[in-house]
Amino acid sequence: MSTTESPASGIGPVEGASVYTVDNPAPFIEAPRKRTKKTPKSTRGNFEMYGWLFMRLSGIVLVVLVIGHLLIQLVLDGGVSKVGFAFVAGRWASPWWQVWDLLMLWLAMLHGCNGLRTVINDYAERANTRLWLKGLLYTATVWTILLGTLVIFTFDPNIR
Amino acid sequence: MATPVLDKADAAGQPEPGFADSPYITVTFRVRRFNPEVSAESVWEDFQLEIDPKERVLDALHKIKWDLDGTLTFRRSCAHGICGSDAMRINGKNRLACKTLIKDINPEKPITVEAIKGLTVLKDLVVDMEPFFQAYRDVMPFLITKDTNEPTRERLQSAEDRARFDDTTKCILCAACTSSCPVFWNDGQYFGPAAIVNAHRFIFDSRDEAGEQRLEILNDKDGVWRCRTTFNCTDACPRGIEVTKAIAEVKRALITRRF
Repeated sequence: MSTTESPASGIGPVEGASVYTVDNPAPFIEAPRKRTKKTPKSTRGNFEMYGWLFMRLSGIVLVVLVIGHLLIQLVLDGGVSKVGFAFVAGRWASPWWQVWDLLMLWLAMLHGCNGLRTVINDYAERANTRLWLKGLLYTATVWTILLGTLVIFTFDPNIR
Repeated sequence: MATPVLDKADAAGQPEPGFADSPYITVTFRVRRFNPEVSAESVWEDFQLEIDPKERVLDALHKIKWDLDGTLTFRRSCAHGICGSDAMRINGKNRLACKTLIKDINPEKPITVEAIKGLTVLKDLVVDMEPFFQAYRDVMPFLITKDTNEPTRERLQSAEDRARFDDTTKCILCAACTSSCPVFWNDGQYFGPAAIVNAHRFIFDSRDEAGEQRLEILNDKDGVWRCRTTFNCTDACPRGIEVTKAIAEVKRALITRRF
């Protein structure tokens, strides 16, 4: 078929001379995940907008919740040395602190989960990698939220 | 009334290495070469030039192509910062080669010139712009009105209404912003700053009636919400468009539309 006198394959080009000809063009290297006429598929939803808004709003609330939490736990009234079973039991006796901690748990977990979701979307290059990383992330998030919520609601100060 | 006679040596403007007043300096241009017909890898190639530092990088590229190596491949059309053909990464920053003076980018060190990132390199400094223009087409960058009849007179607009989107009319589609965006580098599905800027130009145009449609397009998974406000696009824009601000305005319009 080929009329060129090129030697057997495996020998590279010499001094920049092309191994390709008009009839045998160089392979075209496609960019990964390139935008085409068919992609991205439109989804028609507001999920990304609500996600974006949630990050801003939960961030503002978390600043108050977390700094308050750190002050109470680590700085005020004797600092970290006072924290013990009795201290936690005393705090969770009040619905105010239960709600505080519950809110902090949910907001921090969802805020972190959504943040990591965008990081995975931005950095994971292959669709499969994305799928697995996000699956792992969602599992860990749901598990932590459920466990934390369970502890806050079923905490028994008289446990032996 | 004799016409003044210019000194021939001056008029020719040739480099005179021994001459103290010569404006010419020696500059090294380190160009990232790529030829898929020779190798799948790109290589840096150095070119030493005697050139006036008040000339532009594009002049240096012309000198290389015309005098040293005719195989150097790059795009340029108007060569005066309007057509947007010669956006490239010069010393690691996206610029137009025709608007960048050599003296402004430290000619003492080798000046690196490479293709813009995030788009497939076809040869040397030429990239495949198709995904970029596909995103541009996807935002419908043209006037849409509901009345099907031909207008009988000019569509009038107040100066304030015109000023609302003045900044984003300046876009020349050079792709300097989109190819400086880290989100676009990693995922070409993102619309990219340039498409959003051109959507902004019509969304905020009082004469246009498809703003809602364009907002809906940009509300999607790969729309404005993927912007991480890194401001690379604003820094890269050779026309000085406040790109990140335009994206933020589209975000705000999307939120105020709902609430």
